[in-house]
Amino acid sequence: MENKRKRSAEELRYQQRVKEKMPRSKTLSQCVRAFVSGGAICSIGQAVRCFGEKTLQLGTEGTAAFTAIVMVFLGATLTGFGVYDKIGTWAGAGSIVPITGFANSIVSPAMEFKREGLILGTAAKMFTIAGPVLVYGVGSSVVVGILAWLFMR
Amino acid sequence: MEWKDLLWAFLVGGAICVVGQLLISLTRLTPARILVLFVTLGVVLTALGLYEPLVSLAGAGATVPLTGFGYSLGKGTIEAVQEKGLLGAFTGGITATAGGVAAAILFGYLNAVIFTPKTKK
Repeated sequence: MENKRKRSAEELRYQQRVKEKMPRSKTLSQCVRAFVSGGAICSIGQAVRCFGEKTLQLGTEGTAAFTAIVMVFLGATLTGFGVYDKIGTWAGAGSIVPITGFANSIVSPAMEFKREGLILGTAAKMFTIAGPVLVYGVGSSVVVGILAWLFMR
Repeated sequence: MEWKDLLWAFLVGGAICVVGQLLISLTRLTPARILVLFVTLGVVLTALGLYEPLVSLAGAGATVPLTGFGYSLGKGTIEAVQEKGLLGAFTGGITATAGGVAAAILFGYLNAVIFTPKTKK
């Protein structure tokens, strides 16, 4: 009994030490990295948007779709070449939050599970993260639409 | 190209990513949860009319983060409801985001088939 209590006190102290040593100090530098890399990706997006709007004259909706398509293409292709994950280790959330990160979340598991076949491997695993995103995104938008319809009547 | 637009895109886009980083660092939410949270948040903020001002200010800084995907879903849905009524609630969101989703499926599939995962050193 005595022994057990002693150990748990020791464990507690150990856990506290781990807590002190581990994360917080990194948080600030991670945030700076996320800011710089996320900002950079959005700036690239802004350049693409500008090109679609001014040069290709795509209109508001067309420009939005064009930007999404180009950014998704970039994210997916850089993931294929193994570049995006290298960016990711430095950038953290800066590479996850932009839509390029959404593309990355599709390609990574799809590539990983290719050996399980093109249907239940690649195609099914494409949606391990993208699936939930679509479920909650599309689902909530339908709810919003129904609410908007009710309020408009 | 407007340099001011580029700067705003950088600042706002960066700030949204910092919010994501704080959630990951401080609450240990997994990236998958962050993505789901951000899309849903984008839909809700758009419905409340709070996200549109951010888009007019920052352009891609607000539309490229995944909250912007939620913004497209929400905006498309509400516009479709105004045009077509209740049917629009079901067609608007996916119509507005069809380009990005189709691109994600095609480019995602092609890249996964062509490339093999790089082994980490």
